[in-house]
Amino acid sequence: MNYMDKFKKMQTFEMINIDERGLDIPYIVLISWLFYRLKLSGFRQIKRKGMLAMKSEILRKNSNINYFKRYWTLYLLMILPIAFFIVFRYIPMMYIQIAFKNYSIVQNIWQMEWAGNHGFEYFIKAFSNRDFIYALRNTLMLNMLDLVIGFPIPIVLALLLNELPFNGFKRVTQTVIYMPHFLSWVIISGIALQLFAPTNGLINILLNRLGFNTIPFLNEPTHWVFTYVLLGIWQSMGWNTIIYIAALTTINPELYEAASVDGAGRLRKMWHISLPELRPTIVVLLIMNLGHILGSDFDRPYALTNPLVTSVSNVISTFVYQNGIRGLQFSLTTAVGLFQSVIGVVFLLIANSVAKRLGERGIW
Amino acid sequence: MRNTRNIKPGDLVIVFIFIILILVCLLPILNILARSLSSAQALVKNEVLLWPVEFNFDAYETVLKDSKYTWSLVWTAILTVICTIVSMVMTVICAYPLTYDHLKGRRFFNTMIIMTMYFSAGTIPNYLLYKDLGLLDNPLVLIIPNCLSVFNMIIMRSFLDGIPQSLRESAEIDGAGPIRILVSIYLPLSTSVIATLSLFYAVGRWNGFSDALMYMINERRYHPIQLLLYNILNNVTSVEVAAQEGFSTPGLSDTLKAATVMFATLPILIIYPWLQKYFIAGVTIGAVKG
Repeated sequence: MNYMDKFKKMQTFEMINIDERGLDIPYIVLISWLFYRLKLSGFRQIKRKGMLAMKSEILRKNSNINYFKRYWTLYLLMILPIAFFIVFRYIPMMYIQIAFKNYSIVQNIWQMEWAGNHGFEYFIKAFSNRDFIYALRNTLMLNMLDLVIGFPIPIVLALLLNELPFNGFKRVTQTVIYMPHFLSWVIISGIALQLFAPTNGLINILLNRLGFNTIPFLNEPTHWVFTYVLLGIWQSMGWNTIIYIAALTTINPELYEAASVDGAGRLRKMWHISLPELRPTIVVLLIMNLGHILGSDFDRPYALTNPLVTSVSNVISTFVYQNGIRGLQFSLTTAVGLFQSVIGVVFLLIANSVAKRLGERGIW
Repeated sequence: MRNTRNIKPGDLVIVFIFIILILVCLLPILNILARSLSSAQALVKNEVLLWPVEFNFDAYETVLKDSKYTWSLVWTAILTVICTIVSMVMTVICAYPLTYDHLKGRRFFNTMIIMTMYFSAGTIPNYLLYKDLGLLDNPLVLIIPNCLSVFNMIIMRSFLDGIPQSLRESAEIDGAGPIRILVSIYLPLSTSVIATLSLFYAVGRWNGFSDALMYMINERRYHPIQLLLYNILNNVTSVEVAAQEGFSTPGLSDTLKAATVMFATLPILIIYPWLQKYFIAGVTIGAVKG
């Protein structure tokens, strides 16, 4: 049986060989040319459009009815989320027009009258409002301080954490320094009020015992600004390392080994390998942060403020809350909110295009 | 490999730095715990540092006896569970269809959703919309308007994108429809990201107070715990508030304040370490691909 099989194989093999040898050469050329043309057109299309596009084109060629019959459930799933985005994210954008109109409680937004000065009256009013100017200044100041002081810290922490040789200790450290991120600003403010209390707070008790004067951490504007920044760092430093640590784990260990062979020390390796590898991540996060330079968190300043420091703690978001929802000046505060959003987008676009011009990838 | 190498002096410096950081993160909470367990007199005499003086549970008893506070805790817990479930369902049903490459209108949906991350109408337009929809002073305003976060949706989508297409194709050949594929293939494979995002949503709801502050001005019964805590800590002294909130009178002792803070913190401190192992994976995906 086995032998017979082998024999048959040999025979067919030989037959093919003989047949091929016997074919007319022009005939082969013709056939293969046709074949080549046919294949080529197919390949060219694939090359031009990419494999995925071809696949989707083939699917498109099937009738639309078939497609929807097959995938209508996907659209069914999308209905709720899309409705959510339209109702709660896009319809509010229609209400932005009241920034250019005189708000009235009895009319709907389309019927209200345009404000003076070609509709820009409330923008002019905002910029001649002393409280708003202060809020703008404070927002910029607090965000700049956060950026300058708070931005580099997670990078340094991630680099150090990456150097830790003990895995168990590393895990415990990560667990503990991520924890403050999960506390609300009200709780942090509660902790801060007790910790920094001038008479019986832990810090001031310790300072007094060591012979220093009491420091009014939360009750005096300058100190408050630094306490604010410090608490921000405390809350987010650990959490922000996650992204950098993730980026560091993707570095090829051979780079470090090669550097060690060349005699590089720990610091040199950090400077010449880890940091350059982190650069794209740093740039993306920096762009995002610059986009938020005028955006203001509400919870943090609102929870940490107190009547003694309102001159530095009033930011745009608290201004909008006080004057809009509490003070019912809807047109003015909508104008302020619009200004804030537009500046945010502009900053993001500028930062992104600058980054791209410097040869970075950017965020889109 | 790293474990076997010799320990250098540099390592000890780094370990020292991190021990200090760990202390910086933990000591404030230990201090509050000690204060909540000490007597009011010891606090006034500045004796309490990290260990309770004249140990007692009086403050906790007082807090637990206050029906406003306990109701607020229970209500916030219920709210958190509802919000987390609603948000997770929304996130999954938004992210899953977007993982189909050939979905018609996919690019449009994507752009439409991501746009909202960069440009939002602002607080007041939202407020006026809720007013027109009748959501003001309605507990639903704490659930619906923020039930879907674009950022979390992107994390979810990136994770689902990472599941091999061949799994889906083979199920399609077997005749399974998109929903069936989602339920029996995609969801069981994405438990880690579901745990992560649930933690994010739950913590966000538990910690959030600004929506209640802005949109539930008159309905104090449904204020979440953080807002009540804010009023207690800041000695909101208006007669109305003091009458409604029982013990939150201006002269509230620091011990009691510490106990209220501990109560609002404990749920997070208890849940967090259990979910921690999941969220590092989840966040990493979002960071790398988002």
